[in-house]
Amino acid sequence: MVRLDVGPTLVVHLHGGCAAPPSRVRVDARLDKSGQGVLLAFPIDEVPNMADDRQLREMTCDPKFRKVLVTDGKTGVGQAVARAVIDAGADLVWVGYAEPWKQVPGFAELEALPQVALLPLDLSDSRSVKQAAAEIGGKVDILINTAEVHRTQGIASRSGVETARAEMDVNYFGLLRLAQEFGPAMRSRGADGQSSATAWVNLLSIYALCNYPAHGTFCASKAAALSLSQCLRAEMRQGGVRVINAFPGPIDDEWNQALPPPKLPPESLAKALVKALKDGVEDVYPGDVAQEWLARWQDNPKVLEREVSL
Amino acid sequence: MAASTLISLAADLAAGRIRVVDLTQTLTPEFPQIVLPPEFGQCLPFRIEEVSRYDERGPAWYWNNFSCGEHTGTHFDAPIHWVSGRDLPNNATDTVPVQELVGAACVIDCSQEAAADADFLLTTDLVRRWEAVHGRIPPRAWVLMRTDWSKRTDPVAYQNYDATGQHTPGPAAEVVRFLIEERDIVGFGSEAIGTDAGQGYHLRPPYPCHYYMHGAGRYGLQCLANLDLLPPTGAVIFCAPLKIMNGSGSPIRALALVPA
Repeated sequence: MVRLDVGPTLVVHLHGGCAAPPSRVRVDARLDKSGQGVLLAFPIDEVPNMADDRQLREMTCDPKFRKVLVTDGKTGVGQAVARAVIDAGADLVWVGYAEPWKQVPGFAELEALPQVALLPLDLSDSRSVKQAAAEIGGKVDILINTAEVHRTQGIASRSGVETARAEMDVNYFGLLRLAQEFGPAMRSRGADGQSSATAWVNLLSIYALCNYPAHGTFCASKAAALSLSQCLRAEMRQGGVRVINAFPGPIDDEWNQALPPPKLPPESLAKALVKALKDGVEDVYPGDVAQEWLARWQDNPKVLEREVSL
Repeated sequence: MAASTLISLAADLAAGRIRVVDLTQTLTPEFPQIVLPPEFGQCLPFRIEEVSRYDERGPAWYWNNFSCGEHTGTHFDAPIHWVSGRDLPNNATDTVPVQELVGAACVIDCSQEAAADADFLLTTDLVRRWEAVHGRIPPRAWVLMRTDWSKRTDPVAYQNYDATGQHTPGPAAEVVRFLIEERDIVGFGSEAIGTDAGQGYHLRPPYPCHYYMHGAGRYGLQCLANLDLLPPTGAVIFCAPLKIMNGSGSPIRALALVPA
């Protein structure tokens, strides 16, 4: 029992580092394994290995000691995410890559890291996803889907559907393929000891909430992925695996080079994803643009739709 | 006479005196497709999705849906594929004269040159040297450039990219004109991912095999395999594309008849 300074007395979860009662604690909110909001009491001062507390680890998705799959290591974001989870103490990071004949900067350096294992993985190819899941699906604790196709077009600025289809094929169907092949094993490993399967992270976009017409078809594919991620969240919750959606604004990459700043550096996005894992939250909106759009969208989605279309 | 030719052909096939050689790469999702700069539209690689496999989706039958571009895997290029052939009659996959899709093949072995130099270009001089040994290329024949490139089973080695682009063998611009204007060939076939060399966009004109061949109403075959099993002359190839309405090309099952 904890009596809050503001008055009420509550039954809360207790971090193992809390001193014996009566003593002061710090109460914070977390999501439990079923996605339910709960209160957790922490010791006032840092204690050694605080993040390793069993109960806290159950309520969060700390990459420490865990095995992580980053689905596309050929993008700046994928590489930054792989490095960030290694810095956060991940045991092993499988880094997916498609189209091996295309060389990209930074990939060889990433491959050289001792925690990194390369994995052929092409989200547009069901066979490839099935093969990857057969090889490592039973060991993945955290899946971070960084693969995306992003082209810059609305409806009128490019004729035909093939480029939009390529976006949809990776951003939406790619998620569906991953979810069908990796989802069941991860869901069944939600209570698999100290380093259980714990989280599934989707790289969405703040444009999933409201279409940005200059990148209209990309936004549509991210909106489709957002909807599917809600289905995935419902299904993964039954196994205690959290689905975390990231909604960044424009990322500082080649497909956003025509956009004015501010743009989110891949490293900042990666840091935000690791923080979301450590905090165990479901939705994260990294960067100023995402925060501003989120506020405007929460205030009035119709006004935001009109303003971004002008 | 012609009738008896066919009867003896059938007898030779049945008896194994004539062998059928498969010149086709297997269509797999891993087989590399042509890469264009990312701001351009892209040719789809081969993809396959299971519809049912004796299961709840279809209890007694197994089948797939597949998708690919017209220029995926071992494939045929119709004249309409290139801007130079856009206004020719009968220039698309559904209208090309089928008579031309079965014919004699002249196989020019460039495998040693390609092994020594990935950017190797076939020249008229080399064709004339080949003719000095094997005889003049007859009219309406197919010329196939053997490079053994199809033996590169690693997709990275097959594509062979470096920082300056793709490095695969192909014909020089002048030999393409020679083969059309002075030898009247029906089409040109290669083992690499295009009929033109990987660095073919630096030639004049860019992609000369596409530009001249299709501009003259001739055809292209690429990603061929097993050319090392063909004699320099004497083989007959079959290379019909799917009958796609106004199609620019199509994956094919390329076959050759060779004396056993």
